[in-house]
Amino acid sequence: MRPFTKHSGLAAPLDLANVDTDMIIPKQFLKSIKRTGFGKNLFDELRYEDEGQPDQECDGRPIREDFVLNQARYQGASVLLARQNFGCGSSREHAPWALDDYGFRSIIAPSFADIFYNNCFKNGLLPIVLHPDEVDQLFSEVALREGAEIVVDLENQTVTSPSGAQFEFVVDNFRKHCLLNGLDDIGLTLQQDAAIRRYEERRMQEAPWLFLSREQ
Amino acid sequence: MSAKTLYDKLWDSHLVQQRDDGSALIYIDLQLLHEVTSPQAFEGLRLAGRKPWRVSSSLATPDHNVPTTKTERMSGVDGIEDPVSKIQVTTLDDNCNEFGITEFNMKDIRQGIVHVVGPEQGATLPGMTVVCGDSHTSTHGAFGALAHGIGTSEVEHVLATQCLVQKKSRNMLVRVDGELSPWVSAKDVVLAIIGAIGTAGGTGFAIEFGGTGIQSLSMEGRMTVCNMAIEAGARVGLIAVDDTTIDYVKGRPYAPKGEQWDMAVAAWKDLVSDKDAKFEEVVVIKAEDIKPQVTWGTSPEMVIAIDEAIPHAEDQKDPVKKEGYARAWKYMGLEGKTTLADITLDRVFIGSCTNSRIEDLRIAAQVVKGRKVASTLKQAIVVPGSGLVKAQAEKEGLHTIFEEAGLEWREPGCSMCLAMNADKLGAGEHCASTSNRNFEGRQGFGGRTHLVSPAMAAAAAIAGNFVDVNELVKH
Repeated sequence: MRPFTKHSGLAAPLDLANVDTDMIIPKQFLKSIKRTGFGKNLFDELRYEDEGQPDQECDGRPIREDFVLNQARYQGASVLLARQNFGCGSSREHAPWALDDYGFRSIIAPSFADIFYNNCFKNGLLPIVLHPDEVDQLFSEVALREGAEIVVDLENQTVTSPSGAQFEFVVDNFRKHCLLNGLDDIGLTLQQDAAIRRYEERRMQEAPWLFLSREQ
Repeated sequence: MSAKTLYDKLWDSHLVQQRDDGSALIYIDLQLLHEVTSPQAFEGLRLAGRKPWRVSSSLATPDHNVPTTKTERMSGVDGIEDPVSKIQVTTLDDNCNEFGITEFNMKDIRQGIVHVVGPEQGATLPGMTVVCGDSHTSTHGAFGALAHGIGTSEVEHVLATQCLVQKKSRNMLVRVDGELSPWVSAKDVVLAIIGAIGTAGGTGFAIEFGGTGIQSLSMEGRMTVCNMAIEAGARVGLIAVDDTTIDYVKGRPYAPKGEQWDMAVAAWKDLVSDKDAKFEEVVVIKAEDIKPQVTWGTSPEMVIAIDEAIPHAEDQKDPVKKEGYARAWKYMGLEGKTTLADITLDRVFIGSCTNSRIEDLRIAAQVVKGRKVASTLKQAIVVPGSGLVKAQAEKEGLHTIFEEAGLEWREPGCSMCLAMNADKLGAGEHCASTSNRNFEGRQGFGGRTHLVSPAMAAAAAIAGNFVDVNELVKH
């Protein structure tokens, strides 16, 4: 996994509450068996006028001019400003894959749906919860000046607004550690294999019916 | 020892290792796999040269992409017309073969929606931890199991380590007191709950559903309630184990037998919250107050009782809600409409992991029996949750009742719930659907979904618009 330490980037404001995973990446694109290539269909129904198809070239498609990511000033954005309950709905990891593939490194919102929030960390994407007033301030500042950048510092757990205002955010130590170092979760868990085996041995005594082999 | 909630008990019994920062390593007893969220996980294993930790803990079946028409299903995977879907289903078959995982493939009568198949086979047992790369895994909480959806990276993590890194959720109790009115079902209960607490109301919580209104439900009904816990923002929905649970599990193919059964039942009796267990939030709903529910907007919380007027954006005080309502009104094409009865329906879908079990089909059949689908409808389809549900329904003659009424009887799968196969809505079409999400585009580009119970969907199919099923069955 790509490490995340400190990132400074253009912010795009998506002023919509309850953005669900079907909006982030519609179901027809979930048929891929790869992890990459979802960026061109990120927010497909909000971004384009027509219904997108997997494997379709997106360059000639009619776009919705008013959608934030279609505006010239937000091209190349890597920090997404969002509203409450971002990422609600399905557990599809295609949602963070699409955001990452598009070029986003961090999403800032007053709240996230649990599964989506969790999935972001597995993909080097940093979801940040700030107080609604702080998110409001970021929305205002970003609207004010074209090219406004936001600085996200994971080490110090701070977000710096375009005007220099600094907001602190909370993140679990373990997730922070993995993200800072780009660590593979699975490798870390496998270091605990003795503990897992001990648990299994005890459980096999307590609840042997949980370990029956399944006949085909 | 302090009193524990059911969730606390399940958490404690699966704790492998507690970390200082509050996260923990939790052991997973059962992982269900399907074709959409597993290919990248298997690929990850291969790339790292890893093997599954315990293959017998996994069970797979294709469901999201599978076609539901007889002609396409006749020749199994080869019959799938959409080449992209076909690759995904084939990939699941190949991965299960390669890693030695039990799979009910498209030709197996046990194939179906993972959340129908797991309980049906007795693979889902009380007291287990159950995960699947699908948010509706909360369904299995109906058995007093700790069950929730995970992303693909976590699917891979569970395959490789049998564990998940988790942070404990907070405890919420939603109590439904009293007795449900006639024709009011589990679906109406859970929609009413979501209407009351909102789609983010359960975020960060494990919700235990309790009270007489829940205890009186069958296992099918309880699964419907827990299925939609995620629609209230809670990854986990739970219901305490009682005789209804144990009777359902008994004799199922993967359920323990003999001495192990007795041992298991003794352990399962403890899968209830202790009397004085503390919940951080308690929500109480009166069962008698719940009427048949219909969603009018593009979020499950945009729900009203059948006799209520559709709420207007202008009447909302909260600016976020106001904007959301305005957007939903526009998307749903509600201009000039005041009640649910004013909406002319184009399609009806009875199916999905929420409502495709035998009880759901029996209720829908009871409503349509001897009646005809409205001529204004373009289509009404019934999609059973599994091959075994289909077989049981056919044994009872339900398929004949549906077909005589003018509904199509299909092959099992997720179907029009998320329209990853050929079953979908056209732009602007209104659908009465027994599924779980009414998000924009969920059932097809520009499609307009109204979530309802099987009885209400059946009544809507007959009337061509929304009616109170109680009124319909009187005539």
